[in-house]
Amino acid sequence: MVRVRPHLVVVGAGMVAARFLHELAQRAPDCFRVTLIGREDTAPYDRVQLSAVLAGTHSAAALDLMGDVSNQLDLTLKLGTTVTELDPARRSLTLDGGTTIAFDIVVLATGSEAVRLPLPGGHLPGVRTFRDLADVETLSGASGRAVVIGGGLLGLEAAAGLRARGLDVALVHLMPWLMERQLDAEGGSALATAMKRLGIDLHLGAKSEAIEAEGTGLTLRLDGGVRLPADLVVMAVGVRPYVGLARDAGLACNRGILVDDGLATSAEGVFALGECVEHQGTCYGLVWPLYAQARVLAQQLSGDRAARFAGATPFTSLKVAGVEVFSAGATDGDDQLILRDPTHGIYRKLVLADGRLEGAVLVGDAAGGAWYAELIEQGIPVDAWRDRLMFGRAYVPEAVADEPTLAVAAA
Amino acid sequence: MAVRTTCPYCGVGCGVLASRKADGLVVVRGDPDHPANYGRLCSKGTALGETTGLEDRLLTPMVDGVATGWEAALDRVAHGFAAAIDRHGPESVAFYVSGQLLTEDYYVANKLMKGFIGAANIDTNSRLCMASAVAAHKRAFGTDTVPCEYTDLEAADLVVLAGSNLAWCHPVIWQRLEAARRRRPEMRLVVIDPRRTATAELADLHLSIAPGMDGVLFAGLLAELDRRDVRDDAFVEGHVDDMAAALEAAHRVAPDLAAVARRCGLKRADVVTLADWYARHDRTVTLWSQGLNQSTSGTDKGNAIINLHLLTGRIGRPGMGPFSITGQPNAMGGREVGGLATQLAAHVDFGDSARTEIVRRFWRAPRLATMPGLKAVDLFDAVDKGQIKALWIMATNPAASLPAADRVRAAIRKCPLVVVSDTERRTDTTDLAHVLLPAAAWGEKDGTVTNSERTISRQRAFLSVPGAARPDWWIIKEVAHRLGHGADFAFNGPAEIFAEHAALARAVVRDLDFGAGDLDYDGLEPTAWPFEAKARPFADGRFFTPNERARAVPVVPRQPMQVTSLELPLVMLTGRYRDAWHTQTRTGRAPSLTGHRPEARLELHPSDAERAGVGTGDLVRAITPWGEATLRAEITESIARGTCFAPMHWTAQQSSAGRIDALVAPNVDPISGQPESKAQPVAVARVVTGAEGFFVSTERREAPAGALYWSRRRVVGGWLVEFALPEGASEPAALARALVVGGDIEWLEYSDPIQRRFRAVARQSGAPVLALFVNEALPRDWLAGAFGTNGIGARELLAAVAADVGDGPLVCACFGVGEGRVRTAVTGGARSVDALGAVLKAGTNCGSCRPELQALLRHHVEDAA
Repeated sequence: MVRVRPHLVVVGAGMVAARFLHELAQRAPDCFRVTLIGREDTAPYDRVQLSAVLAGTHSAAALDLMGDVSNQLDLTLKLGTTVTELDPARRSLTLDGGTTIAFDIVVLATGSEAVRLPLPGGHLPGVRTFRDLADVETLSGASGRAVVIGGGLLGLEAAAGLRARGLDVALVHLMPWLMERQLDAEGGSALATAMKRLGIDLHLGAKSEAIEAEGTGLTLRLDGGVRLPADLVVMAVGVRPYVGLARDAGLACNRGILVDDGLATSAEGVFALGECVEHQGTCYGLVWPLYAQARVLAQQLSGDRAARFAGATPFTSLKVAGVEVFSAGATDGDDQLILRDPTHGIYRKLVLADGRLEGAVLVGDAAGGAWYAELIEQGIPVDAWRDRLMFGRAYVPEAVADEPTLAVAAA
Repeated sequence: MAVRTTCPYCGVGCGVLASRKADGLVVVRGDPDHPANYGRLCSKGTALGETTGLEDRLLTPMVDGVATGWEAALDRVAHGFAAAIDRHGPESVAFYVSGQLLTEDYYVANKLMKGFIGAANIDTNSRLCMASAVAAHKRAFGTDTVPCEYTDLEAADLVVLAGSNLAWCHPVIWQRLEAARRRRPEMRLVVIDPRRTATAELADLHLSIAPGMDGVLFAGLLAELDRRDVRDDAFVEGHVDDMAAALEAAHRVAPDLAAVARRCGLKRADVVTLADWYARHDRTVTLWSQGLNQSTSGTDKGNAIINLHLLTGRIGRPGMGPFSITGQPNAMGGREVGGLATQLAAHVDFGDSARTEIVRRFWRAPRLATMPGLKAVDLFDAVDKGQIKALWIMATNPAASLPAADRVRAAIRKCPLVVVSDTERRTDTTDLAHVLLPAAAWGEKDGTVTNSERTISRQRAFLSVPGAARPDWWIIKEVAHRLGHGADFAFNGPAEIFAEHAALARAVVRDLDFGAGDLDYDGLEPTAWPFEAKARPFADGRFFTPNERARAVPVVPRQPMQVTSLELPLVMLTGRYRDAWHTQTRTGRAPSLTGHRPEARLELHPSDAERAGVGTGDLVRAITPWGEATLRAEITESIARGTCFAPMHWTAQQSSAGRIDALVAPNVDPISGQPESKAQPVAVARVVTGAEGFFVSTERREAPAGALYWSRRRVVGGWLVEFALPEGASEPAALARALVVGGDIEWLEYSDPIQRRFRAVARQSGAPVLALFVNEALPRDWLAGAFGTNGIGARELLAAVAADVGDGPLVCACFGVGEGRVRTAVTGGARSVDALGAVLKAGTNCGSCRPELQALLRHHVEDAA
């Protein structure tokens, strides 16, 4: 008798979903019939590289993440499709056309959505977010003056990308320094120097009050009365986990969909991973811990019940406008090592506590970042190397630890 | 084409072959045919090529700080001296000269002062070095005649080194001695020194004598040999006066060896062994040096040694004799021309009226000095009292090197006319001059020097004289002309001067004998006097006293003038380092020489250090009523409990407070006038610092503002400055930025605030120009070397310690081998100094570091065991 393979449905076709399929194909290529449902028309692509597409250094085609996983799995793709309802009890999904799909296991990888500031004028034409290929296509066609709201990772990438396309760019950030969640004030300031050097007009500690249509263009009004004229306003003020489907289905949710160490949700047969989940109080927004989730879930579903996602120290590693930025763990502490090379836009800070590395902020030169993340993650004593730690692993030959296998978010 | 010349450092007087390559590089090697060294050189001699650069050279005459021509400068000197002599008499002017001068320079200076100005106020830094030995020679022999040669050391069965760290201070003699010991292992070597020096390290017997008590020891040995009937009665009867009195005094002072041992702080068994060896070995050389001379009873100590050799007849024959070794390259030449306030000329004493008359006629001297002049310490006392109105200092640095140096500096500052001839722009003494006269340096001038075994060697030029510099004899001659004595100073060059000097020696007929005929001056081979007789002095048992008999001198030993007290509990000894020379105006130019002792250290015994709460590497202040100095503490058992040791080499040019002679009381030997530099009671206290650091810089730079200590030295890439900051000093980053100012300066900084560490590198056009480290124990020499490496990145410098390259403190200067590599080689199985040489080359060139290699070997092998 031919055994009918269980039907595994993945809702959401983002980066983590793609990685999950690859992990599954490696471990259990023949165990499931798999359906991947994605809202965008595009197969999973490398969202991290959108800024490169915007900057014109990558083509959209180069972002494909599927490779030949379609051949390795019994996989059905349903793109341009939205799931409108999940019924865990009946193990069925309803699609936007009204079709229902039965599943044995469902994996929610719904990701997150860009936040739009509730500003007056926030929905005027010419106000965009920076989240997907469609956004990038729009932004790529722009010219003239752009204002980017948000000095986090996405905002900086959008600003740098637009600047690279020749636009005059202003960047408005509510907080006193850039990337304040990943960088300390001085690191943020080093980054600001690099951004200014690119010709980006920075407005830090500035609150956006309204967007006004003015002639053919727009004007962003800041508190204090500064008015920034723009042909394009990009809101890049963050993302929030997309939990609507799960919540409607009665799954336990907080900020994200709550999962345990095995990525199981509160409902039997329903798993979740990626930016939409909340694990032990943390919603991860960076790709490498999420890839770890993908691996753990693939292990679980291929029979390795011991596989556990234990959480991760978040780290950021990116290159924005040619400036390497790395951040992991704490950004401030009582005991810190600091290297400053302002001429080269370099600022590096290591935060120590109890003889262990607690955090690293690296701007302009992120060498050793992955190693630092590992030292932080594993709580390795570093006192003996204190004087050499800053200068990288090459100076600490006696450091024996596994080579980091962490995927880095941007090249 | 290499030029045969003579090394400008110590009294060994090694021959060197020097040449200047097309690219300007000066290459120096030992002269294989010179009888002093037969091709050997020490670390200092080997590095001579690094010292001939023109940076910091005085190249133009200066009057009141303004560069002038020679005419103006010489006129000012002549007018000043003439005016003083007119108004206050010839006693109101003085020359203070140097064992660094060549014989010809010395001769002209001496002739001008004693024959034409008419006073004897010309004294020399040799007063600080071997005046006591001169006085002892004269008391015993009638003249200042050194009875020995270097070959005697090689032929001896027993060599006793008293107050001599030969391995460091006369390294080539040491090498010869070591080679002889290897050939004849039965040879015995004894070192008498309060310190366990590098020399003592390799001795068969080391007597760690209480400072200053050598007179008791040698009197005790004299009495003991007499008790044992170890005498040459025939020699004494035939050639020695006053031996009975000398013996009586010795027996009284030293009734038995137990008493001697007690007074000298020695083990009786060791003193007995020494007496046994003295009794057994006819071929015995007793070599002494500054350890004995620099004493308020230095002359007596010299005579106590000579007495021993007279009693046993061990003099005037190969392999034996009392042998005083001089410190300076031409102390002997100075003694020969009489360039000391206590002699007239050519070994003629004041009071020898017949010969004085010969000198007067020979010189056609209008105003011949007939009374001794002021000896160094007295001379600067007279300056202090305003009695000296015009002072001319040549080739020496009294503001740093005389005892009570701070007082001397203040005295010079008060003198109405201070003229300084020197090769250096900045010294503690040139800083005080009204008139600065640029002298030609070694390598640029021609003349002769006499070494410790009476060998006269030529110094020859192989470099052109730079700028407006002139040889010293020329400068003195020009002043003589302006004082109206042109006809008697019409010298055209050193050959003429030497010929006159030799003729005078011939005329007065003393021990000096430079041959009867005309010399081939230019081609002069190294030759020991007496030239004609070619016999060793006293071979015939005839001395230069009126009755031709030697005199034994009854010696009643005295302890040092000052004793320790509750306030000044430690006795400070002063002395030399292996790779440094005098006030480092020359060795300080050679990066390969500054690494061995990068800073002035105060060596302390562990128990004294503990009592003072001082650890190795701490800064300590040594204090006496005369002055104070700040040095780096080194805790070592090589120093005896209750004593400490400090080097004499640091001046205000190299360190904020390293002027060690500022601490030394100006107490002198009543006969020789030599100061007691090796028995100074001091107090020692730890210096509390807020932060300590150092920087390397391509350019010479001052220490950070507000530093409470600094010390600066040359390194491969430029300069290295150590500094200490007081508590509550400004942030190091701010201090660093104040060191290098400029719009194009870029800083790279690393800080570890909780550990209060800080590093910074300043770049100009991308290349590091300064690297500063605060509260970092980093390998200085590696950093300095790295700093001098083309293309080194600022980040690499900043990481510094990260690279596994620190080789530890320098041991071998010739091949740049540090303790780290020595340790590794010992771990790797090297078990002898020669084995280390085979692996590392360490100790295979000059050999000066062999005692240190031996000590390290013992230390590490013990560790391994």
